[in-house]
Amino acid sequence: MTAPALELRDVVYRYPDGHQALHGIDLTVERGERVAVLGPNGAGKTTLVLTLNGILTPQLGAVTVSGLRVEKENLREIRRRVGIVFQDPDDQLFMPTVREDVAFGPANLGLRGVELEACVATALDIVGMSAAARRSPHHLSFGERRRVALATVLAMQPDVLVLDEPSSNLDPVARRELAEIVAELDVSVVLVTHDLPYGLQLCDRAVVLDEGRVVADGPIAELLTNEPLMAAHRLELPYGFGVPAPEGQSVASSS
Amino acid sequence: MGGAHRHLLIHEEGPLHRLPPQCKLAATVLFVFAVVATPREEFWAFGVEASLVVLAALIGGVPLWSIAKRLVIEVPFLLFAVLLPIVGRQPRVDVLWFSLSEPGLWAAWNIVVKGTIGVAATVVLAATTSIPQLLSGLERLRVPRVMVGITAFMIRYADVLGDEVRRMNIARESRGGGGGRVGQVRALASTAGTLFVRSYERGERVYLAMESRGYTGTMPDRSTAATARAWAVCLLWPAIGATIAAIAWSVR
Repeated sequence: MTAPALELRDVVYRYPDGHQALHGIDLTVERGERVAVLGPNGAGKTTLVLTLNGILTPQLGAVTVSGLRVEKENLREIRRRVGIVFQDPDDQLFMPTVREDVAFGPANLGLRGVELEACVATALDIVGMSAAARRSPHHLSFGERRRVALATVLAMQPDVLVLDEPSSNLDPVARRELAEIVAELDVSVVLVTHDLPYGLQLCDRAVVLDEGRVVADGPIAELLTNEPLMAAHRLELPYGFGVPAPEGQSVASSS
Repeated sequence: MGGAHRHLLIHEEGPLHRLPPQCKLAATVLFVFAVVATPREEFWAFGVEASLVVLAALIGGVPLWSIAKRLVIEVPFLLFAVLLPIVGRQPRVDVLWFSLSEPGLWAAWNIVVKGTIGVAATVVLAATTSIPQLLSGLERLRVPRVMVGITAFMIRYADVLGDEVRRMNIARESRGGGGGRVGQVRALASTAGTLFVRSYERGERVYLAMESRGYTGTMPDRSTAATARAWAVCLLWPAIGATIAAIAWSVR
């Protein structure tokens, strides 16, 4: 198939209370591409995420996933194609055991028996959590819970993986482990974050979102070194971080 | 971390652990019915029923002292039974230097013996069946899936909420809250309110996460069918219990 993994055309979303969160978003993510969606708090990142699988329906514009439009009659297939890993794993892991949680999505898709078990086993294996299958999510560390949350989505074999602030609350090792897992996956990834070094580590391209608009779209290293752009949208690299220049020298960070 | 349920299961893989949960659940409930139906005057019958529970515990690898410890949960109910011989009707009998009511003594004995055997049987069940297994057993026994679902969520989030309460208390005390009795009660009230709002919001986020993974209103069926042999093995226990109750009635 040649259709892009994800395509948003002029997407407008206004909450019932009148607050307009998205003011016409255009965004295309090709197959296998990893794109960071950067933006300050309140930029509309989470709203954008929820329009991708039809939880929120835009008032205007269209979202298509691998050529299939996000509409009511397609929601089942859309939700298989778009896997969202939410910020708080305790929201995502609601079943009594890890195994049952990972099985929840594929079971909703109609998988049963041996097929379901194989699907669960594969997903847990990818994130390195096979040994925890029979444990309760509450007994896992935060990093482990986030990996299981990723597995619950991978079990549905999505075309697009959407990660909402995946690095939040992770210790440095868990953070690296998660990045290694994501880098190995053969799916398109939308990484929603304000953790800029994490975006830089995992993605080649970035989109800057502010006040519900895409204000920049390009190679992530270029955007992160564009100081006026960054400053205008309340983004900056943390103290001591720089974007490695192509020849291996560090370009000064914007601080 | 709260959650006494974590310690109920004894993690020794015994033959009882491997039996399908729905069979064990049904067997336990039926067995308790058989015990309750036994006439209180036939002491020997309770002896046999108690030994059935002990036998099940031994087969299941459940240490008897752990059953004894867990029977403590009965104590508040037994306090009521202790009152019966004191406040009961005539005729009265002299036991040591007390004058006690005879019907009261019988009623107390009835409660104590049936309660203890019943609780011991459920302790054996809980020690050999994990909570997720119990839930799938309930589902298999045609308990409405909504109710099983609500129970599952409650168990899953009890600890999460407990942690939240603890963090809120620490935050309050760190800012000098707490203080006197009145202050604590006031703080507790506001904590409860905040906790309700937070739980409500979490509920919404959990629902979004469920919807995102294709939830359309019914939880997937997680249970597996049990073999006829497993049913036979499990139902043997309440069958023996019922036989004993029947014999006890006929020889009475």
